[in-house]
Amino acid sequence: MAAGVFTGRRARRAALTASAGLGLGFILLPLLLVMWLAFFRQEIPSFPPQGYTLRWFAAVPANRSFASGFLLSVQVSVVATFIGVALAVPASLALVRGRLPLKPVMNTLLMLPLVVPGVVLGAAIYVGELETELATEWPVLGSVTGLIAAHTLIVIPWAVRLVTASLSTLNPVVEEAAKNLGATPWVTFRRVTLPAIRPGLVAGALFGFVTSFGNLEASLFLVGPGQTTLPIAILQYLAWKIDPTVAAVSLLQIVVIAVAMLITDRFVKLSQVV
Amino acid sequence: MARLELENLTKHYGGQATVRGVTLDIPDGEFLVLLGPSGCGKTTTLRMIAGFIEPSGGSVRLGGQDITHRPPWRRNTGMVFQSYALFPHMTVAQNVAFGLEMRKIGRAEREARALEALRMVRLDGLADRLPRQMSGGQQQRVALARALAIRPDVLLLDEPLSNLDAKLREEVRIEIRQLQQQLGLTAIMVTHDQEEALTVADRLVVMAEGEIRQIGSQQDLYERPADRFVAGFVGRSTVITGQVREPGLFESAGGLRLRCQGATAPGAASLVLRPEAIHLDPPPDEHNRLEGEVTFASYLGPVLELHLRLSAEDRITVHLPNRGGAGLIRAGDRVSIGWPQDTGIVFAGTA
Repeated sequence: MAAGVFTGRRARRAALTASAGLGLGFILLPLLLVMWLAFFRQEIPSFPPQGYTLRWFAAVPANRSFASGFLLSVQVSVVATFIGVALAVPASLALVRGRLPLKPVMNTLLMLPLVVPGVVLGAAIYVGELETELATEWPVLGSVTGLIAAHTLIVIPWAVRLVTASLSTLNPVVEEAAKNLGATPWVTFRRVTLPAIRPGLVAGALFGFVTSFGNLEASLFLVGPGQTTLPIAILQYLAWKIDPTVAAVSLLQIVVIAVAMLITDRFVKLSQVV
Repeated sequence: MARLELENLTKHYGGQATVRGVTLDIPDGEFLVLLGPSGCGKTTTLRMIAGFIEPSGGSVRLGGQDITHRPPWRRNTGMVFQSYALFPHMTVAQNVAFGLEMRKIGRAEREARALEALRMVRLDGLADRLPRQMSGGQQQRVALARALAIRPDVLLLDEPLSNLDAKLREEVRIEIRQLQQQLGLTAIMVTHDQEEALTVADRLVVMAEGEIRQIGSQQDLYERPADRFVAGFVGRSTVITGQVREPGLFESAGGLRLRCQGATAPGAASLVLRPEAIHLDPPPDEHNRLEGEVTFASYLGPVLELHLRLSAEDRITVHLPNRGGAGLIRAGDRVSIGWPQDTGIVFAGTA
């Protein structure tokens, strides 16, 4: 009987491990395939590889649209992440601590950019920017400013989600204690609230950055002539060529994101936040 | 350290009054306890003193100054919370020094005073720990040190012992009382635990439904309760409902005729009896002699608790001192009990 229980438990654990492994493999397979492809020698990717080379990596910076796309992407994502997080903090405070009417509605509205399909979001922002430009003659359409504004929208839901999550683990009584000891609301925020929500802040910034960096659909509508972000540059390249340069670019993109995650993990243990 | 005066302090939420006209004068160095069931307004009163809740009316004066509308960070009150409320990312020493830092006290003096406060609660050896590395009792003592370090005009304690287990609770409350006396602090503690209230207080305030029901010493509340609520809330008691027939004669709902004092006006009334004031096998000349059937008996160590049925309608709880050795009384036994006429307290009305 006891043996039966143990075999049952062991079998269950084996089944769990197997299905987790299967899921992980399913996620990793395309990534690994792309990484492998980046080193193939032949111009048209086919199996088996006819040898290995690094020349596709050399081709990446040589390609003007990849180089400038990468720089623009970094620029837009970094600025949008900063603005998005800066907006998300007061929004989260209001959502968790404030006495707002329609709190669930507000929360849903802030999550909206995550829910609406990227193409719809992009088209909507395009129309919005077009109308703004027509009304004010302010050349926002196709400008980097317009692009950053759209990416800020992409960052906000991530930042709000993760900041509110870490904020709700902080007992408001701790903030009261600070005020009781003589801290003004601003000092209380800086010395007590901010350190407590730091993990959520860092994680929110990371996820916002990664999503913004990889965003294609919304950006497609908004880039100006001669300007492309990295994902758009990849798409345009793919339109007429499928040599492993694209795989090499993708590998570089994966490396950028992985490095961002590793750096973040040094400051905040990601396993605790996500 | 200062005198605290509350005058007609009131708080409404919408149309609902949670605190109504609380007036208290707490002299310098007194330990006052606000006692009452949850929702009686005691915590709201304390939070109005700390400045976390804006009163709807009335005033708070601390050391002669009106602080009614001052924000919490500009009042010199030291608060200890039920949930400790330590800053989780700061060490014990940083927690205790926080209030001093806010007061722009230089680093050297700050560290010295923080250590001194920690020494008072015997935790100076754990200054570099983080709160999460400590037990609940230790955390609450750190919170106490943090509140004391700023040398507050008044120490406010909001159910500070409720999260601790029974043994620790006793230890920490004695510690709080000793420190308060040593430092000559004015202190106000909120609690629903009467034993806790009775051990530490110089003076107690019983609150119910947002109002003060009685202010007095432990003895006042226990022996001379102002109303049936206080009588029932402070200490154990049996309430027998019935009528005052004539001065000195109470007739219970079950028809028992009992001699009592203080009952002059005939009419509906209730008689409140403390379980330990009733004794077994009374002398023949006792004022009230009754027989009853034991419905429930429990052995509590120092006392034996008996529930008796005196008539179809009347029940009574009796505590007998445990003398040891004597034959235990069991459910189903019939016993005779009695009490002198000046033991019970009669309150007019049925409510």
